[in-house]
Order: sequence, then C-alpha cells, then structure tokens
Amino acid sequence: MALIGLLALKKEITDIVSGTLKTIVGFLILTGGAGILVGALDPLSAMVKDGFNLHGVVPTNEAIVAVAQDAFGAQTAIIMALGFVVNIILARLTPAKFIFLTGHHLFFMATLLAVVLGSAGVTGTNQAILGGVLLGTIATMMPALVHPFMRKITGNAPFALGHFNSLGYIVSSLTGKAVGDKEKTTEDIKISPKLDFLRDSIVMTTLTMIIMYVILAIVAGPDSLKEFAGGSNYIMYAIVQAMTFGAGLAIILMGVRMILAEIVPAFQGIALKVVPNALPALDAPTTFTFAPTAVLVGFISSLIGGLISMAIMGPLGLVLIIPGMVPHFFDGGTSGVFGNATGGRRGAIIGSFINGILITVLPAILLSFLGSLGLANTTFGDSDFAWVGILMAYIAKLGVGGMYAAVIIVSALFIALASYVSIKDKKAQVQENE
Amino acid sequence: MKILAVCGNGLGSSMVLRMTAEAVLKDLGVKASIKTADISSAKSEEADIIITSEQFSNMLTGSIDAPIVTVKNYVDRGEMKEKLEPALANL
Repeated sequence: MALIGLLALKKEITDIVSGTLKTIVGFLILTGGAGILVGALDPLSAMVKDGFNLHGVVPTNEAIVAVAQDAFGAQTAIIMALGFVVNIILARLTPAKFIFLTGHHLFFMATLLAVVLGSAGVTGTNQAILGGVLLGTIATMMPALVHPFMRKITGNAPFALGHFNSLGYIVSSLTGKAVGDKEKTTEDIKISPKLDFLRDSIVMTTLTMIIMYVILAIVAGPDSLKEFAGGSNYIMYAIVQAMTFGAGLAIILMGVRMILAEIVPAFQGIALKVVPNALPALDAPTTFTFAPTAVLVGFISSLIGGLISMAIMGPLGLVLIIPGMVPHFFDGGTSGVFGNATGGRRGAIIGSFINGILITVLPAILLSFLGSLGLANTTFGDSDFAWVGILMAYIAKLGVGGMYAAVIIVSALFIALASYVSIKDKKAQVQENE
Repeated sequence: MKILAVCGNGLGSSMVLRMTAEAVLKDLGVKASIKTADISSAKSEEADIIITSEQFSNMLTGSIDAPIVTVKNYVDRGEMKEKLEPALANL
C-alpha cells in the first residue's frame, strides 16, 4: 500500500524502496511488541480471575490492533486503502469536505472492521468492500459532526478533528452546553508544571499499571501468580510485568510510527491534489494547545468516571474493564477541551466524566463481537470503535445481499447527516463573520 | 540536517508538525529529514532542531542540546516559517 502511494507521488527509487521496507519492518515490530505486551497481560488476567472471578481487560487500541494483525493483516491494509479512497471521493462530492489524516486511527478502525467482519465469516472481496465503504463514510462523517464545536475551540483554524472518540466529544460538548458556563474557563486555574509528566504516555501507562498490578497481586494473593513467578517474590514479579506492559506499548508505538511515516504524507499529497479545498482532520492533541489545563482536568475526570464504572460493572457480571491510560488521557483530555469550550470548568469536568463512563461501558459491550479476539485481555478503547464495531456486527448477521444493502443505506444516512451538519455550520460561520 | 517532531505518542500531532514543517522547508529550499518521535524517546534521538508544542518544550528544555522550536497552531505554515527560520539561521 505504501508502495502504491509512493509510486503515485513519483518519488525517487531509493525513497520507494526504503519507504516500503520501513513499512514492512514496522508491521513486524508491531507484532513483536504485541507478543511482549500480551505476555505481560496474562498474569493480570490470572489475578483478576482469582481475585474477583471476572475477565479483566485493559482497553488499549495499540495492543488489540497489534494482536489482530497476525490473522487480519492483509485485510486491514486493503480496507484502510479503500477507506481512504472512499473518504476522498466523499469529500470531493459532498459538502462534508474533510480528509481524515490521523493515520493510526484509520489503521485501527480498518482493523476493527476486518476483525468484526472476519469473525462473522465475511471474507475476501466482500470483507474489503463492505469494510472500506463504511470506513470511508465514518472517516468523513465524524470530523463533520464534531466540526461545529471544533471551530469554537480553534477559532476557525483551517483544520478539523480526525479522532475516533468523536461520540465522546459530541456528548461532552452537549453536556457542557447543558450544565456549564463557558465564561468560567478551566484556563483560569493554575496547574503546576510538575504535572507535565502526565503527558508522557509511556510514563503514565507504566506508572498506573504498576499501581494496578500491585493492588491486584495483594488482593489475589501469592498463589495466583505462582505458576508465572516461579520462585521469585510475587509483588516484585507483578511490578516487572507492569513495566513489561509499558515496554510492549513503546515497541508497538514505534512500529505504528514506522508504518505511518510514509503512508500519511502520501495520503495528504493525494488528497490535496483531488480535493484542494478540503480541511485536514487531524489528531486530538492538536486541540491541546488551545486549553492545556482542560486536558489535565478532563483526563482526571475521565479516569474517575472509568474507575467508578469499573466498580459498578464488575459485580454486574460483565467484565472488569481496567482503565487504559492511553484512551483516558487522549479521549478524556480532548473531552475536557470540548466540554470547557461549551461549558467552562463544570462542562470540562462533567463532560469528561461522562466520556469516562462511555469508554468503559462501550468497550465492554464490543467485546462479545470480536470473535476469538474478544477473549484477549485487551480491546479497543475509544467510543467510535465500539459503536461502529457493534453496528458492523449486526450488519454482518445479514446475508450477502442484505449486508450490501445495509451498508449502502447506513452510509447514505451518515453522509446525509454529515452534509446537513456541514451546510448548517458553514451558514453559521458566515453569520458569525458578518 | 535532522529535525525531530515531538508529541506525546509520536503518532498524530507530531505527524502534523512534520507535514507542516516539510511544506515550509520545501518553500525555503532547505533539505532536511524530519522524523516523528514520542516525548520519552525524543531525548535519546540525535537532532539538529526539535519541533514541538508548548507543553512538551517545557519538558525537553534543559535535557536536550538541540534548539527547540515551539509551535501553537500545528497547521499554520506562517507561524512555522516564522519560528523555524531563526533556528535554521543559527545552525
């Protein structure tokens, strides 16, 4: 895929060879990292089982995606490429002129669709077309739906939000509007720069995993880890495994970086040629610079929402969704920025809190639709992956003809909604400028 | 010349910074390779210039020798050019 993109951009032969090789090596790093990370989750799962008699899951997109590449690597690549083409065509033809440039999220969503379809027994060309069309539609629709709120945050900067927790951001924005006062902004709160270390994903993830592992090790007792730890002290073993989770995540991120290094600029180059007047839809942290305090407020609120839902859902006989730090930081932080823009401090706190509940409950529901991957100790962490996955799973229950009909109807509805919101927002923007 | 674009995960925002910087460098006719990195590994990478946002420039200052270019709007080529040019001139 990278090869085709590079060829399309008429790059030099050396660039084409190195870009293609890097992409393939990136995939291999990804699956290697997945092995390390999943290995570190095995003892966690044993402790949750012995301590609470539940299935313990840590939602981390990077992990589930890396695990899935073994069985669904080729299908994912095809769906991603098709989805990108569909996104460009829709941006060209409809009023929703957004090009989704957050490569890793396109990659994750493509994986999700490949897994859900594949687990339902849909393979080959049908899997590629159905997945690609839905991916391209979602990639056009979500930035369009979020954009009215996004404009307020960035002051009409020429970019949109391309991040698959958009449902969480819309909910957070509407919550802020309902409960808060946007004049009382989070940015008047002074937060010590000492808290900046929270912005470092690897540090943050490893630290919270150590806390989780140690608590669980104490609750589950030394016998729970006996078969893993052998003769070593069980608490020490738990700490090392928690750090190994961080190491696995770091390796996976490096693989994803290598895969995307060539693809995203190639995407951008092609998209600019075809739809010059489109807005690029970019990753969530591009909003962070507009309200850095709201990010930390949102992260903490989202995490509290996640912990409370974890405590409630466990006894309900569902799974124990242990808060994944990567989704809570990025989704919670961005929800904080959106909630603050519509409802100030109260909007940031309550909006992100609801986001925290969403990204705990939805991934739990999604688990049962992921086939054998649902048995893994990790899953997708953001709201859009969950609702799209559940929707696709129901569509995949229909016959071949029914599936195509359903995807076409659903996509048409989504595009109509996105177009309506875009047209309305354009009018609003014109009025604001007058 | 090696330039490093840095964000929390080294995936999304740094990629945006990289694409904006590449466009600016192309306009200026400067040849450079731009890589993306996450904040953890950025400190161990060799680079002539670092491009990042405010939150991360605080974390990098003092632990890295390369000049740090701090950008608020990731896609604003004007801002990028304004801040990148002095750093290039000082190399």
